[in-house]
Amino acid sequence: MSEPLVLGIETSCDETGIGIVRGTTLLANVIASSMEEHARYGGVVPEVAARAHLEALVPALTQALDEAGVTLDDLDAIAVTSGPGLSGALMVGVGAAKGLALSLGKPLYAVNHLVGHVGADVLDHDPLEYPTIALLVSGGHTSLLHVRDLISDVELLGETIDDAAGEAFDKVARLLGLPYPGGPEIDRAAVGGDPKAIRFPRGLSLPKDLEKHRYDFSFSGLKTAVARWVERERDEGRDVPVADVAASFREAVVDVLLTKAVAACVELGVPRLLLGGGVVANARVRELAAERCSAAGIRLRIPPLSLCTDNGAMIAALGAQLVQAGHPPSELGFGADSTLPVTVIQQR
Amino acid sequence: MLLAIDTSAGTSVAVVDRAAGILAEHSSDDTRRHAEVIGDLISACLTDSGVAVGDLSGVVAGMGPGPFTGLRVGIAAARAFAVGAGKIVVPVVSHDALAFGQDGPLLVATDARRREVYWTTYSGTDAAGLPVRTHGPALAKATDLEQTVQNFTNYRLLEARTVSAGALGMLAETLYANRRPFATDEPLYLRSPDVTLSAGPKRVTA
Ligand SMILES: [Zn+2]
Repeated sequence: MSEPLVLGIETSCDETGIGIVRGTTLLANVIASSMEEHARYGGVVPEVAARAHLEALVPALTQALDEAGVTLDDLDAIAVTSGPGLSGALMVGVGAAKGLALSLGKPLYAVNHLVGHVGADVLDHDPLEYPTIALLVSGGHTSLLHVRDLISDVELLGETIDDAAGEAFDKVARLLGLPYPGGPEIDRAAVGGDPKAIRFPRGLSLPKDLEKHRYDFSFSGLKTAVARWVERERDEGRDVPVADVAASFREAVVDVLLTKAVAACVELGVPRLLLGGGVVANARVRELAAERCSAAGIRLRIPPLSLCTDNGAMIAALGAQLVQAGHPPSELGFGADSTLPVTVIQQR
Repeated sequence: MLLAIDTSAGTSVAVVDRAAGILAEHSSDDTRRHAEVIGDLISACLTDSGVAVGDLSGVVAGMGPGPFTGLRVGIAAARAFAVGAGKIVVPVVSHDALAFGQDGPLLVATDARRREVYWTTYSGTDAAGLPVRTHGPALAKATDLEQTVQNFTNYRLLEARTVSAGALGMLAETLYANRRPFATDEPLYLRSPDVTLSAGPKRVTA
């Protein structure tokens, strides 16, 4: 099969994503987000997200078919995120995917969300070159991958040992009295701020930490350091310089992300870095990535933002790669696996 | 003919026909593996009944009450199956399937976890043989059911661990044949999501 038509279903966090691709060509990428419903809680509430998925799924499916100008009968396969992610949320997608695949009599591929982020880069783009290092950063995950082959050989180099980077943005935003989601708010607040005004800690960057956590991340200590600093200013009756705090905090996050990602490229001799995940929306991430990569002779790839945040097209794209390579579909008995390792690109 | 799916307790799937009754039914009473088993159960029902997807006239979804994570799996599968088949979704209250075919005043109770139960009372059945719901579905502490349900002793108590998709499907067929309304599209969660609004960030320094 040369150009399989695949529909992808993504429900691992707070975006209900339905995407349709033909091989590496993007036909539709519909995303219904429940972000606004989470705003009043200051973070993603799993049960709220799962309820929203159930309501958004069929409308998103219909819209995606309309946009792609295809019918369900035209599909060659269906792909669904089966993990990692929020388990109640994942189960909505898994249940729907099984129902849809069975009614259509089409093969079903249960795929890995994180590898899907990498798969997004094959869409409307030159072929992915191997090996590549992938830095995936969102409110749900912060992972550094060594991708030797998208559909057969992905290794986890490191990940966050506590909060995801996106979560740290949300928490610090709250501390500064800014609304949810924190990423864009911190970005806005940081305008005109001095990123060197306050030296916040870079998690897991000391030599003793690097021994055990070479490519792992930690943002919980940073969050506490920012809170301490802000509390002291307030206690001493000073106005908190929000722009400086936001810029310095953001710099600490972005610095540690790119230091570790570039170190992985250099140490493993991989001159390619791919970014994915919603935090890529952060202007400073893209800017510093471009700077550091060009200094180190690393080729940087950043998919368009709509393919960086969680979406169904990336899942469809990964599914299409599996179909094209002749991989058999998943057995019907797979479940949602909230901690699915990246080495499991497709659940059997 | 209808495909019926209920995940309000375990996972149950059936293919039913108004005249011929339950053509196939497959269930699992595991209350934690809805997402895993649902595909194989649907597939087994289609195979065993020999009914082609195109011959179905709708997909019945048990709307609960039921613990939400599992409940959603069945509703999601039913809705998506219906889209794929180009058929309608027929929402039905899961407790009604338990009361279907039962005579006299009945109190249906199912496990809601966290030491709570979902309950519904029925006065009996009407001329069409359909259960007549009088209170509920509602939620009560398991130890307080007797105090919560008015005239508790008037009812026969039916505590169920499973809901049969076959009964759910036949109930839907009977509702349809008698031009009665189905349930609404709203899942019967009966609980709000577990969230407390934050009171703002906590201090980290003493
Ligand atoms: Zn993601």
